[in-house]
Amino acid sequence: MTTQGRPSKLIKGATGDWEVVIGMEVHAQVVSKAKLFSGAAAEFGGAPNSHVSLVDAAMPGMLPVINEECVAQAVRSGLGLKAKINLRSHFDRKNYFYPDLPQGYQISQYKNPLVGEGTVSVDVSPSERIEVGIERLHLEQDAGKSLHDQSATESFVDLNRAGVGLMEIVSKPDMRSAEEAKAYITKLRTILRYLGTCDGNMEQGSLRADVNVSVRRPGEPLGTRCEIKNVNSIRFIGQAIETEARRQIGVLEDGGVIDQETRLFDPNRGETRSMRSKEEAHDYRYFPDPDLLPLELDQAYVDALAAALPELPDAKKARFIATHGLPAYDASVLVADKETADYFEAAVAHGARSRDPKAVANWIMGDVAAYANSVGLSVPQTHLKPAQIAALVDLIAAGTISGKIAKDLLVILIEEDKDGDPAAIVEARGLKQVTDRGAIEAAVDAIIAANPDKVAQAKAKPSMLGWFVGQVMKSTGGKANPQAVNDLLKGKLGI
Amino acid sequence: MPVDQAIVRRIAHLARIELAADEVAHLACELNAILAFVEELGAVDVEGVEPMTSVMPMRMKERADVVTEGNIADAIVANAPATEDHYFIVPKVVE
Repeated sequence: MTTQGRPSKLIKGATGDWEVVIGMEVHAQVVSKAKLFSGAAAEFGGAPNSHVSLVDAAMPGMLPVINEECVAQAVRSGLGLKAKINLRSHFDRKNYFYPDLPQGYQISQYKNPLVGEGTVSVDVSPSERIEVGIERLHLEQDAGKSLHDQSATESFVDLNRAGVGLMEIVSKPDMRSAEEAKAYITKLRTILRYLGTCDGNMEQGSLRADVNVSVRRPGEPLGTRCEIKNVNSIRFIGQAIETEARRQIGVLEDGGVIDQETRLFDPNRGETRSMRSKEEAHDYRYFPDPDLLPLELDQAYVDALAAALPELPDAKKARFIATHGLPAYDASVLVADKETADYFEAAVAHGARSRDPKAVANWIMGDVAAYANSVGLSVPQTHLKPAQIAALVDLIAAGTISGKIAKDLLVILIEEDKDGDPAAIVEARGLKQVTDRGAIEAAVDAIIAANPDKVAQAKAKPSMLGWFVGQVMKSTGGKANPQAVNDLLKGKLGI
Repeated sequence: MPVDQAIVRRIAHLARIELAADEVAHLACELNAILAFVEELGAVDVEGVEPMTSVMPMRMKERADVVTEGNIADAIVANAPATEDHYFIVPKVVE
């Protein structure tokens, strides 16, 4: 395994170094119109118990019938995780009692999951890539929702989510730090979003993670793990791991032992705490669901889904590097969000003309991203169109405006003329760069003549050139071609 | 493994079935008898035989991804002992 014993990841304890070992179980809500085994809407929200059929409410005599699209979505996800698709899988009942589970069991896949082992390549930093193994992916039903804050003595139950399709994606214990775990879930979410199989919305609970954490001395066998339930943001996943690893190290260094248990992360108090006693919580008495036949797929069906998969982030990144000549870092940033990657390509190819992809990437990742961040949007969600970015880059490339003026022009596009055509704005506002050598030379001469003392200083101290460039740019309203100004000044000042 | 009285109580609890104290010993006997009966199947050699999941050779029926049901909240909660605004109301269940 590539992930064994990475010394930089070790945590210093009072009695020496510790290695933290992390695995994750992610519940990803399947994108589908109807639920996994009924014809009720899978849509988020809705009035209480309005997206509920008699099947979801577990009325006597109701039988589940599987939604073919949920199966297809799980297969697509498996293919995106480079995983083995099992042509024959089956559904089991996981038995437990809770008011938001009307059947008294969850239909899940225990022994024979739809998807077997796979792998996800995760960039932890620009210079570090790890492979995280996928143990399995299976389909199961979501439960309903209980509200506990409506009354002091009662809970309110809404079954709108009961029966919605979930994919449980189980990783191998291949992560060794909070950073790796955060990078993994981020990458997993990106892949599912590219595939269109899960919207990845953690606030609405479409993507939820249970994190398994244990610690050990480097080189020793795995320690006892604790499972931290339902951590619902990437930031909290990182905090929960750090907190839990510290707690376990503290217990072990004080001579104690770790009990295998389920814990809850409390972000307000910055601690994890034991969630429920384990006496029987894990006695789910799985058995094959007699209401459902095995799920059998043909290889041709799987092949057809594979052939129709969109380009995935790793492939897109490789293509951005190979065909657009982007540095790996730029390519990673752009492909992290599919819409942003599409936006970039639209800007590069706009108007059937080619332009420097690196210049386009610089704008999208620089000033445009800064603006988008400031208003809480992604770049494609802003009003700025790829065509406007393309025109901006073209104006600079043609020498019509300088990079400095281009920044001003972007501000105009952001604040004043939102749908404006950059070329027309340059024309209308007289922003064109002065490239006429005679005009620039006159401005240069005027500055030199007015500052004889500075001219003398510059001969001894060539870094004074910058001051002269600034003055000339100021006197020309920023429109002089900076390269021409530089060249002329160097010649005339003799530096 | 023979079923003892502790296992009977545990299974009953997991299934939320209330047992009177005098039923436990009797049920343990019954369950052991049933298990012994099932054990006889272990004598059959099934090496290489695929488990049969259906008497008829058929594939699982699938449904199209279309919303065909819902918006019957009145009917869904009709039998509930307590409801409010179409929510089921249950005794407080917070861990």
